[in-house]
Amino acid sequence: MRHTHYLIVGASHAALSAIHAIRMTDAEHDITMVCRDGALPYSPTVLPYVVSGRSDPGSVFLRDEDWLRTSKVRFLSAHEVCRVDAAASVAELASGEAIHYEKLLVASGAAPVRPPIPGLDGVRYHVLRTLEDAFGLRKALERTERAVVLGAGLIGMHAAENLAHARASVTVVEREAQVLPAYFDREAAGLIEAAFVRAGVAMRTGCAVERVHSDGEGFTLALSDGSRVSGDLLLVGTGVVPVTGFLKGSPIEIDRGVLVDDQMRTNVGNVWAAGDVAQARGFFTPAKIVSGIVPYAVEQGRIAGMAMSGDPGLRAFCGTVPLNTYAFFGNHALSVGADLSGEDCEVVRRVEPGEGRYLKIVLRNGRLAGIFGINVEFDAGIMWELILREIDLAAVKRRFLDDPQATARSLMSKHWR
Amino acid sequence: MPGYNTISFRADRCTGCAQCMDACAQRHSEDGDRAHSRIHIVEGEREGSWELAMCRQCGDPQCVLECPAAALAKNALTGVIDWSAERCIGCLLCTVGCAYGGIVHDGLAGHVIKCDTCGGDPACVRACGEGALRYLTSARLYNEFGDREDLFVPGLAGCQGCNTELLMRHTLRRVGPQSVLATPPGCVPGMGSVGYNGFTGSKVPVFHPLLTNTASMLTGIKRHYKREGREITALALAGDGGAADVGFQSLSGAAERGEEILFIVIDNEGYMNTGMQRSGCTPYGAWTSTTPVGREAHGKTQDAKNLPLIMVSHRCEYVATASTAFMEDYYAKLERAIAASKRGFAYLHVYSPCTTGWRFPAQKNIEVARKAVETNFVMLWEYTPEAGLRLTHPVDHPRPIAEYVEAQGKYRHLDEEQLAHIQRHIEENVRLIRRFAEDPGVARLLAGHA
Repeated sequence: MRHTHYLIVGASHAALSAIHAIRMTDAEHDITMVCRDGALPYSPTVLPYVVSGRSDPGSVFLRDEDWLRTSKVRFLSAHEVCRVDAAASVAELASGEAIHYEKLLVASGAAPVRPPIPGLDGVRYHVLRTLEDAFGLRKALERTERAVVLGAGLIGMHAAENLAHARASVTVVEREAQVLPAYFDREAAGLIEAAFVRAGVAMRTGCAVERVHSDGEGFTLALSDGSRVSGDLLLVGTGVVPVTGFLKGSPIEIDRGVLVDDQMRTNVGNVWAAGDVAQARGFFTPAKIVSGIVPYAVEQGRIAGMAMSGDPGLRAFCGTVPLNTYAFFGNHALSVGADLSGEDCEVVRRVEPGEGRYLKIVLRNGRLAGIFGINVEFDAGIMWELILREIDLAAVKRRFLDDPQATARSLMSKHWR
Repeated sequence: MPGYNTISFRADRCTGCAQCMDACAQRHSEDGDRAHSRIHIVEGEREGSWELAMCRQCGDPQCVLECPAAALAKNALTGVIDWSAERCIGCLLCTVGCAYGGIVHDGLAGHVIKCDTCGGDPACVRACGEGALRYLTSARLYNEFGDREDLFVPGLAGCQGCNTELLMRHTLRRVGPQSVLATPPGCVPGMGSVGYNGFTGSKVPVFHPLLTNTASMLTGIKRHYKREGREITALALAGDGGAADVGFQSLSGAAERGEEILFIVIDNEGYMNTGMQRSGCTPYGAWTSTTPVGREAHGKTQDAKNLPLIMVSHRCEYVATASTAFMEDYYAKLERAIAASKRGFAYLHVYSPCTTGWRFPAQKNIEVARKAVETNFVMLWEYTPEAGLRLTHPVDHPRPIAEYVEAQGKYRHLDEEQLAHIQRHIEENVRLIRRFAEDPGVARLLAGHA
């Protein structure tokens, strides 16, 4: 049986960040990284741009062979871990091989969820999570005239825009009443939707799909408002779920994702989890949540790597703050923190619909809870830090509300220069 | 990882004129609109104070880890975090990773922008007339000296925070293996450079003369090798006690005879390894175990003698003062001193604060050394027979002497009168050294090179 000190399942942001952290303190012990995908490490975030042709698929890889060699990482690509025997510290691969590990990091990410819509199985549809998916979608685009995107989350919206750039006629169908409900309120979402409509994308929010009919080469969707939408390319972007199937039967606790403590450790002593597969403490809520975004894949990966290699500099996870950046049709939207409400909250909004500008700042107990902007410049990383450090804005409140970017930079200089 | 050049910012010198921002925008765009600037001066907490937001070219950059498109990478040669326009997908995730406002969205350009240090000639630094922005290139020292062989063994046992180990190791790295080292009694052998348990502490021949005869013994050794036709550097690493007091007779003699020796004095203002007794280099007012502080006594009652200036009057090939807070200056002088030691006597006097004997926290050593220079308590200069005496780091607007003495426990007892004495002594010394610097002929007269 093969033996490895560190076994990493997955090869995207969380896995790479963990390896980076491990190699800061442990230059020697062997690392084995196993990934279902046959390619070098890449990020799912880049895929819509591979579909549109914006990104050259040959240059999207986050690391190269040289890095694998100098970091002393044995990379088993196109290998799948199908079972983990936690008691024996053994991972079984689909190939029949088994690997004994000292420490295991579960960074297996998430996979597209298949919504339970009657008739969906009867038609060809696409998802977008792997390079293979992107190549398939890109090829299908050549013959596509009418594309339909199910789901107006980040994946669906990115894909819809890039399909539009590829000159398809695009319809987005979303069950919720607005796009991007996790990150923006109705008003901000309205500005984003308007940009899509201006670009010729049909937006059908507040519409659930009741049934999918096969229609020769294409398909027709029956929507909850009684209308019908037809197309020849269907992209399902209704969300993802953590990839935890291979942990079934092990004592590792799983809720929506793999449950971890503030050092990303699971209930099994030599097993950690990080990234889209992990469910960790929230910053604004004691409940554990799956964050599913790149910044937390990087952060959790780093913490897990430090914990696994015994780095004495390790500090506990501060909890997930909702975060996102979103660029669309030449506009950009930033969402940092939570849109809280309550007696101790103060909300300031400045909206210029004509200019497509929107800014909303939420303070709780005089501290920043959330800041949301469309086409307004501020530094997301500095705002994130202001939230995490719970910095009291009392002395600079007026300045901050008037000019959040400059004031936050000034606070940065004072608090963590 | 090598060291890299870097742009440094001194907030206390910034006037908020924003010329750096304009220069940056002009360098990086057609229209020169300030929105294109990658350097951002922002008003600080106090009115009229200014702060900086720009890329710090982090050693472990978070923006690179966040980028899903491999568009950002730390350049191993320049240290700059390079951004690739071809690879960037405009997702802005890098701006989440940066907690310093170093990579930002440029709304006019429609993509993120960050400092590229203008390829090593930053426009912002050129534009700054206040000295607030500087381009520091001292990393080359780290790279150059890091590549040379360390000729001392690991594990020298100096006091916590002592800068002498840094000085010894880097000096011998530069002087090189073709040398013989003399370390008279003091901190340098005390921390193990001579050796222990039957082993030597350096990888070059090292010996431990008496306090009194260091320069005499080195004279003999150098002459012996010369007679054998072997080219070596005869190097002394001595303390101020061994040089200024007990050892002065042999030092003075060797210098006067023009022996080909490189004599480096590490001046920590006393006999610090034996229990902090005063020496001829201990300054006025300082506490030592032999100039105690009590009801009657209030520290040393005499001023320090100016040993490097005394050495100038020995017709040396080279005399210089240095400080571990100004290493670029030290390295430049070490080069010249090594070259001069092939022709005659070369003398380097390094002011070296002592964490234990001067009573200040271990992490403050370089800070105390810097304050000594910035208050003109000590002055950095060099003397060559050709050019006379030259200030290498003139301090025209010295900081108040209180900043220097308050940083050290050995001056805790000072009263107003003593402080005034120290101030007066500094001013006299500045006048004297500047007089020499203004007229090279005067110093050459003193040295006997006129």
